[in-house]
Formats: sequence, C-alpha cells, structure tokens
Amino acid sequence: MSTLRMAVADGVTITKRNALKIRRAPDLLGGVVMLPIVFVLLFTYVFGSMITLPGMSYAEYMLPGIFVMTITTSAQITGYTLTQDLQKGVFDRFRTLPMSPSAVLTGQTLSDLIMNVTSIATMTLVGLLVGWRIHTSPLDALLGFLMLLLFAYAFSWVTATVALTLRTPEVFNNIATLVSLPLVFLSNAFVDSTRLPGPLQPIAEWNPVSTLVQAARELFGNTTPALPAPAAWPLRHAVPVSLLWSVLLLVVFVPLATRLYQRAVSR
Amino acid sequence: MPDAIVAEGLVKRYGEVAALDGMELTVPEGTVLGLLGPNGAGKTTTVRILTTLLEPDAGRATVAGFDVVRDARRLRARIGASGQYAAVDDHLTGAENLEMVGRLYHLGVRRARQRARELLERFDLTGAADRPVRGYSGGMRRRLDLAGALVASPPVLFLDEPTTGLDPRARAALWDVIAELVADGTTVLLTTQYMEEADRLADRVAVVDHGRVIAVGTADQLKDQVGGDRIELSVTSAADLETARRTLAPLAVGDMRTDTAALRVTVPVTGGAAVLTGALGRLATERITVRDAGLRRPTLDDVFLTLTGHEPTGRTTDKARETVR
Repeated sequence: MSTLRMAVADGVTITKRNALKIRRAPDLLGGVVMLPIVFVLLFTYVFGSMITLPGMSYAEYMLPGIFVMTITTSAQITGYTLTQDLQKGVFDRFRTLPMSPSAVLTGQTLSDLIMNVTSIATMTLVGLLVGWRIHTSPLDALLGFLMLLLFAYAFSWVTATVALTLRTPEVFNNIATLVSLPLVFLSNAFVDSTRLPGPLQPIAEWNPVSTLVQAARELFGNTTPALPAPAAWPLRHAVPVSLLWSVLLLVVFVPLATRLYQRAVSR
Repeated sequence: MPDAIVAEGLVKRYGEVAALDGMELTVPEGTVLGLLGPNGAGKTTTVRILTTLLEPDAGRATVAGFDVVRDARRLRARIGASGQYAAVDDHLTGAENLEMVGRLYHLGVRRARQRARELLERFDLTGAADRPVRGYSGGMRRRLDLAGALVASPPVLFLDEPTTGLDPRARAALWDVIAELVADGTTVLLTTQYMEEADRLADRVAVVDHGRVIAVGTADQLKDQVGGDRIELSVTSAADLETARRTLAPLAVGDMRTDTAALRVTVPVTGGAAVLTGALGRLATERITVRDAGLRRPTLDDVFLTLTGHEPTGRTTDKARETVR
C-alpha cells in the first residue's frame, strides 16, 4: 500500500474511532451541543438586555463572536483527548501497529472538525431563534461557515501541539483555559474594540480572533453603517487575513504537532 | 532453530539513570522467554525497544529478522504487543476495538470484522462483544488487549506483565490462554514479576537487574542455582532466633537470612522433606519453641538475593526512573 493511501485509510479509521467515541461520551457531546446553546442564550439575554447598538440588535452583532468563541473552545477537545490517550497507553498500541504515523493526529483533528460542524449548526439554529439573521447571499454565508471551520481545524492543531508538550489532561485544561479566555475576550467578539483602553486596543485589533469575527460579520452581513468601520489594517481586510491566519497556523503547527507526537510516544 | 529475537548490548539512559546497561537476549523461534525482575530493572524498556517504541542509545536488536530501528516499519506488521495497562478504548465495544486494530493492520474491512469475531470467541468475550469496554472487568480488558495483539496472527508476541494487577482467578484464566498460544508455536517474550508466572509459561527465564541479564536458564535450573529448597521457620524470642541460626547453619547450602523483626530464619537446603524433619529434631534438642515451620521452593526473592546480593525491591531505582520520566 502506498504511503499516501495508507495515510488516508488509517486517518479514516482513526476518525471513525473518534466519531464513535463522541457519540458515546455524553460529556463530549454536552460540550458540542449544550455549551453553544448556553452561550447563545446567555450572551443574548444577559448582555443583550444591557447593550444597545445603533442600527442593529446585539444578537446580530454578537453571534459571530459566539461562533468564534465556541470553535476555539471546541478545538481544545483535540488537545484534551490526545493527553488522555497518551496517558492511557493507547498511543503505545498504535505505535506498534504498521499504521501511518500521521493518522492519529489527522484522525483526531478531522473528527473534531465533525464535532465543530455539529456545534456551528446548533448555534446557527439557536441564533436564528433569538433573532440573528444572515443578510448576504447564500454563497457569502457558505464562505463564512467554511472559513470558521477552516480556522477551527487549524486551531485544533495548535491545541494538539500544546497538549503533546504538556502531556497531562489536568495541566492542559488549566493552560488552555488560561490562554483561550483572554484570546476571546481581548477581541471585538463582544465589544467594540475601538472603545478599549489604550494598550488593549492594538492587541485586540491584531488578535486573530478579532479578524475572524470581523470576517464572519462581513460574510453574514452583520454589520451596519451606523457603526464605524474598524480602522486597523487586519480588520479592514478581515476575510483574506483570516484565511491567511488559518493557513499560517496549519503550516506551523501540523509539522510541529506531528514531530511532537512521534517524540511523545517514544519516551 | 533460528532466533526470533536477538538483542545485543542494548543501552538506554534517562539522564543519569541507565534503564538498560548492556541487555543481551536471544529467543529461539517458537519458544517463550520470561524476563523476570523487579520494577525498574529494565524489563519494560527492553520490550519498548523491541517493539519499536523506543530507540536504544547503543546496541542493536533484531526481531523476526528485522532490525528494530532501521526496519521498524516492516517489523511492526510481524509483532503483537500487549502492555501493562490495557490499551483499549473505553467508549468502543470489544468488537469495535479489535476491528479498528485489524483495519490498522490493513486486513481489509471484511477480514478485520471476521478476525475480531474469531478472537472474541477464542477469548470468551462473545457475550460482551457489543458492549462498550468501560463496563468490562480488569480481566476482560486484559483479555481484549491480548486479543488486540493477536489480530494479525503475528509470529512474535510481546507480553509486558500481562497479569499484573489481576486477581488470582483472572490471572489463571489468562495463563491458560497464553499457554495455548505458545502451543501454537508463537514466539513469546514475556515480562513478569512473578516467579510462578515464568514457571508456568516460559521455556527459559532471564533474570534482569539494573538493566542487564544476570542469569538465564529454565525455571528449575535457576531455582537449583539459588539453592534448591528453603526451610523457613519462626521462633518466639530473639535469643531463640540466634540459637536456631547457629543450630541450622550446618544444613545451609547458601546464605541464611534472618528477619529479627519477624523472628524468622530462612535456610537454603537440599534434600526435601527429610531435611526439614532433621532440622526440627535439632531444634527440639536445643529446646527451641518453633512457632511455624515449612519447606518451600525458592521464590523470586531468593533468586534475587542469591544472584545479586540485594533484595529485589528496587524501590529507589523506580523512584529515580519515575522522576526522569
């Protein structure tokens, strides 16, 4: 069997394994379906009741932010699952099999992508129920969803890299929360970044999360002339810069995680 | 008979600690070698190198004719490995676990499914085949893990402490299964902490300490080497212990051991039950009250004490290795 065919076949086998695990593990499924619902409802009715925006509802403004927050959170499942498998010795078994060395990571990230499709679909439905609307063409909207998924997939490889460095589920969870919270909240996901105080503003404007949120707003048409367009360069070119970020993350973290995986199991 | 496993001068270091320090092994095809030693002696490291999980710092090894470093990829199709902790997926059923392994051996969908069913039946897991593994008992999980190692019917099998942590009944059941495999002609390298396990399953036993083999032979040869039988008896006072020691010294064929806390003396002897009777006679003459007395075959402890001059606890080495990891 050729190396490529084996990589694909083994990748599919591992993806199926993980997909079965997701279906049977209520804790994972809860994270994928329940958490997005809670996020949408909480943010819409708690913040939405306090915050009024000119020209649009807060639900419309914030839902792209919720999308991005949820996919960065879900992407951490990749890392968490990897640390668990590492601890249980599952990787040792895999490594003694004549399988493709890349399959474990591609299988893991792909099954997490399936999970992200589920959570984005959930959020879309709940979002539509609470008043969020898409105002652009179906093609733009589709592009918006694909862009979110691409970023989610790329971010899975980032959490895989972190997980394979930290190695234990507990440590990984702590670090992941510590990093992802500021990443999401130091952005334009829920507030207008131009109104952040001095030093925080440039950080928020160059944060890839902000770029992605802005790109999603543009592609779903959740913008309004009543709100001033962001002036920072990455936000003015949000769609191409978002794609660039995803590609960059993949280029850096796919080889890095793969190398770490080989080393992590051979200790 | 060609050798299925050959290891020459394997060295593996973790920082300052040498987990392996010149490990030498040969296992002829179709035989079982038991690797016997305390925790931290280097058993698991040896298995990890031979199953391509680890690369040695020095030395070389071949399994089924393939170099474990250079031909790792091709070698993996010819070995099966079952570890200390059962590497099975909790959320998958027993059948799904085995099918996945079959797919990763590239057996093809149908063959993988068929092989999974065969193995489940053989390991008496048919009833639990479609239940998630999380509901399995410890013994069932080990059996499933072992079945996973057999999916591709590998000619060489590595079993790393296959029964550690199992209750006696589950252990005996697993021994039966392994014994059957051996009868089928599979070459097996088995690591264990239990003399009894090596006794039961292995054609030859290699005693490992501090990362190298210190003795090889059949279980009986090893036991004879450390002095055949043991008389073990306990007395009621420290003074009696000293007298007992002196009285029995002429019978000893090796180093005697006294445990002052338990008031117990262990005397290596040859000659079986007659020697025990003689020993009790001598003690009676000295008017020593014997609380408990018995004749037993050597244990791993005895083998260790005799071969290495230290108790087979290896606790310090363990700690050192754990921190390095």
